[in-house]
Amino acid sequence: MQSFVKIEHFSCGYPGHFVLDDVSFGIQKGDFVGIIGPNGSGKTTLFKGISAELSALTGVVTLEGKNIHKMSLRQRAQNLAIVTQTIEAGAMTVEEYVLMGRMPYRKQFQFFENENDFAIAEKYMKLTGVDRLRNKYMNALSGGEQQLAGIARALAQEPQLLLLDEPTSHLDITHQVQILNLIRRLSHDLKLTILMIIHDLNLAGEYCDQLIMMQKGGVRKTGVPMDVLNYQDIEAVYDTVVITRTNPVSGKPVVFLISEDVMSTKKLS
Amino acid sequence: MAGISTRYWKWIVFLAALLLLLVVSVAISLSSGEIDITLSRLPQILSQPDSMEFTILTKIRIPRLILAIAVGGALSLSGAILQGIYRNPLVEPYTLGISGGAALGIAIAIVFGLNSLSFLTLPVFGFLGAIITLFLVYFLSIKRAGLSINSMLLIGVMVSFISSSAMMFLMSISTTDNLQSIVFWVMGSLDESNSMLIRIALYSSLAGLIITYFFAQPLNALRLGNAKAKHLGINTDVTVRLLFFVASLLTGIAVSVAGVIGFVGLVIPHLVRLVIGNDYRVLLAGSFLGGAIFLVLSDTIARTIIAPNELPIGVITGFAGGLVFIIVLSRSRSHVKLN
Repeated sequence: MQSFVKIEHFSCGYPGHFVLDDVSFGIQKGDFVGIIGPNGSGKTTLFKGISAELSALTGVVTLEGKNIHKMSLRQRAQNLAIVTQTIEAGAMTVEEYVLMGRMPYRKQFQFFENENDFAIAEKYMKLTGVDRLRNKYMNALSGGEQQLAGIARALAQEPQLLLLDEPTSHLDITHQVQILNLIRRLSHDLKLTILMIIHDLNLAGEYCDQLIMMQKGGVRKTGVPMDVLNYQDIEAVYDTVVITRTNPVSGKPVVFLISEDVMSTKKLS
Repeated sequence: MAGISTRYWKWIVFLAALLLLLVVSVAISLSSGEIDITLSRLPQILSQPDSMEFTILTKIRIPRLILAIAVGGALSLSGAILQGIYRNPLVEPYTLGISGGAALGIAIAIVFGLNSLSFLTLPVFGFLGAIITLFLVYFLSIKRAGLSINSMLLIGVMVSFISSSAMMFLMSISTTDNLQSIVFWVMGSLDESNSMLIRIALYSSLAGLIITYFFAQPLNALRLGNAKAKHLGINTDVTVRLLFFVASLLTGIAVSVAGVIGFVGLVIPHLVRLVIGNDYRVLLAGSFLGGAIFLVLSDTIARTIIAPNELPIGVITGFAGGLVFIIVLSRSRSHVKLN
């Protein structure tokens, strides 16, 4: 089957050294894909490569067969939206911020938003639940609310591909679950293709359709969570001893960590 | 949806109010001076081209008024632009060294006695000083990776220090006469008799306003930061470069006709931000009008308060601007909202 997003022999990085070396994988339309891997394994660099913030040294990234790096800035913003970890929108209201997502569709010298822009912003503010916060300033929101507004803004870009960089870091479990449920709905109901960097392996296993495990600037393993989240691969990539089990309700893999002192007493006994 | 469309109305009302305020300031400025001209007599005076009042109005007060509007608008607008592209509330023509460069150019012209050559010498040297500083800042701060906003700011501050040291050096070796004209020039004045220079200042500041408006939306996107504006499809490199150039030209022209008039570029955009918010679609025009009002009123005070003598306008803008700013900031509950 032809992949919706295809990354082939892709390398990119910062001047002087390769960070991402010969990465290849494909994503089907409507899939919710999690990217896992330790710090410095190239997750964020991969995002920068896909969004053409970093130029390709080798290989291509295609979306529906079109090379993302060859698109104009505007075209790219219409096809691909990014929600970053921190959203520094300062003193602008949530509604203003979400409306910014319509910028890629604005004509050259179009000065004001049109009816369609308002309707789309409204729709996604409702969908993400930030419509009740519309007149609040972005910097007055909690971290979770900011992420939701960020997702609403990204959706207002009406992208084919949504990139999320650790949307649940620094959030409590209420907000983590709220945001991940929302993202799942987006991929299943709207058939939006989603690529998400996530550190929490249990959340990754529970929510994502597919996982990409990265190690030292390359892809170590791809597949469904059950296949990727096994203790051999996790121990090799993270250099940490873990135990994996299955969630009795969802049937998804769960990863347990073991503290140093427990480990040493267990070894002695 | 209602929230946004009422916002558009707010903008219109705000700009209309500023325009009205400008008209009032213009009326005050035209009528005050050594010879009081009451407003009701204006039409009558203007229909008598051979009266003394007619000469005072058309040869002295109106040109000066136009210059105040042009220079105030230009300085304030370039402050708003620079704060936008640097995402830094302290940036204004001063901090980037553009004003300092212009002042150095003028000082060089005065010390070497070039100002006797032509009435254009000082403006040209001021303009050259501003433009050379601009290119220095610009090219020194371009790295391989592109335009680094922070290094541009730091280099601007350094260039500003260097040119002010160079100017102090020139002042310390110059004659008393030259010293006085440099000092007076540094303090700024709207006393400019050449109508061509006034026209250039007016047209270029209006042109600057119009050009900047084409970049109002990219400026809004830049409020999110460079990378995020790019994610929204904005060509930030082109926007930043072009607007930096526009802001520098505006400052260069303003400084070369009127001298160094501080505070306008810093204070006025911030006051406008506090009142109407940070959306550049209203902020740009608001800053231009606000700067024009501020300078028209400041100049009126400067030339009447110790009449028949005249205070340097920089004294008034510094005092009034600084005080108003401190009062407004300490009274408003929120801190300066830049983005």
